[in-house]
Amino acid sequence: MARMKFLCDSDRCIECNACVTACKNEHEVPWGINRRRVVTINDGLPGERSVSMACMHCTDAPCASVCPVDCFYTTDDAVVLHNKDTCIGCGYCSYACPFGAPQYPQTANFGTRGKMDKCTYCSGGPEPDMSQAEYVKYGANRLAEGKLPLCAEMCSTKALLAGDGDIIAEIYRERVVTRGYGSGAWGWRDAYGEAVTV
Amino acid sequence: MALVHGAGVMLMAKRLRCKGEKMSHLSKFAAILSLAFAVAVIAPQTQAQVNPTAESVSEDALFEALGTDGVVSGRVSIPDRSAGNLIKPENKAWASLHSNTIVTLSVIAVFGTVLALLAFYVLRGKIRVDAGLSGRTIRRFNVIERFAHWTLAFTFIVLALSGLNLIIGKSVILPLLGEGAFGTLSAWGKIAHNYLAWPFMVSLALILVLWVVHNIPNKLDVEWLKQGGGLLKKGVHPPAKKFNAGQKVIFWSVIVGGAALSYTGFMLLFPSIAGSFTDWQFYQLIHALVAAGLSAIVIAHIYIGSVGMEGAFDAMGSGEVDENWAKEHHSLWVEEVKGTSAGKGAATPAE
Repeated sequence: MARMKFLCDSDRCIECNACVTACKNEHEVPWGINRRRVVTINDGLPGERSVSMACMHCTDAPCASVCPVDCFYTTDDAVVLHNKDTCIGCGYCSYACPFGAPQYPQTANFGTRGKMDKCTYCSGGPEPDMSQAEYVKYGANRLAEGKLPLCAEMCSTKALLAGDGDIIAEIYRERVVTRGYGSGAWGWRDAYGEAVTV
Repeated sequence: MALVHGAGVMLMAKRLRCKGEKMSHLSKFAAILSLAFAVAVIAPQTQAQVNPTAESVSEDALFEALGTDGVVSGRVSIPDRSAGNLIKPENKAWASLHSNTIVTLSVIAVFGTVLALLAFYVLRGKIRVDAGLSGRTIRRFNVIERFAHWTLAFTFIVLALSGLNLIIGKSVILPLLGEGAFGTLSAWGKIAHNYLAWPFMVSLALILVLWVVHNIPNKLDVEWLKQGGGLLKKGVHPPAKKFNAGQKVIFWSVIVGGAALSYTGFMLLFPSIAGSFTDWQFYQLIHALVAAGLSAIVIAHIYIGSVGMEGAFDAMGSGEVDENWAKEHHSLWVEEVKGTSAGKGAATPAE
């Protein structure tokens, strides 16, 4: 089995937000929930960089370690998923996540946040693959269809890469060597405990 | 600069090439020579200067440049500004603090106290009324005091258990109930925690108003503490008024700890008032630590008020305590009560 990862090549990202739109459309994500977002650093200044960020599906995910009801689980593809039936909406995972991935349908309403929602790496939840129940709670299960996450598939500049960690790291390495520069694989150190070295 | 210069030379060479047809071979050769010269001069310059498109801003460099403890944030096009926080590595520090330190401390506080009390019970046994029960009773707590106490007690127990469930539930209850039932239980626990917090705060305020006058520390408490409250030895009963030093410790622990829990809990209930992630993490840590400490104190309180001491439960049960119990544990208070009740019918005695 592959070890699925995301890698955003910030030297290619043009902040078109197609990944965000693709994600929202594919999973019919409710208004106010952003499973993926694009953050622009040094906006309008020399060295401006945009990075598309979602759940990084960490190794030893901090969200899973703090979850009081243990609703997180890791698939064979190393994708970090959660069970919305078990989730109590305590918010601890959002305190623990370095990437701001956990989202809640309600905010600041007497602490009732509702069930947590986050990027599923387009691989649904604990319900049977590609079932209606799974779709309603978690969105499409593209991995079960043999496809990769739509955000990366849709990326116009191929800045956002999804797939086996070793393979996408190799693609990124080749790019950096060819063009002679690279800003690094953002978030990899915090998510996987290793940076992509060129 | 070098780039502009280079472009200028290129442009010149192009123009020359256009005119080339009319040019002599010599001038053609001169043009090529000058172009070659220009390239030779510019080339090292081009290598030395930084191409703006190639200027790479690495994550590490930005972490350093921002100087914000490794937080990388920027602009987002969605309304939620906090989504601009791209990477916050320190969140992992909270995660490890919570799932290791806090869990360990809570378990030690709660189960350590239970074990210590068990040991105390085995060694000391139930503390009896030395003189035996007299059968005569004295009113110790009126109905308002008992109502405030039991509201506080009931809400605290539910709050403590539902809170403890968040700490150890997944390792203790989850294997017993399975994920579905445990999820439902915890969801109800969370609702109970959120709503029972309010009667807890009200009864805490009521308790403070009712009993604060009886809980001002004084010289008697020093003597009481010196004698270990008579807890350790049979037949030792240091004098005390309505509340002895041990009860005063519990009173102030409950007031201060309860206030801290109320404040931090309020902030966790209304995250938008509390601020941002760092504040939530801080409040959560304080909330968990104070809860663990106060739970330990309250467990000891429950012990001595029930199985630990003969006649103690009646004080909060019926509100009427046995006279001999009262004489042994609150000698000065008995004198006060007897004095006032005796004085009610008769004339005020001369001092």
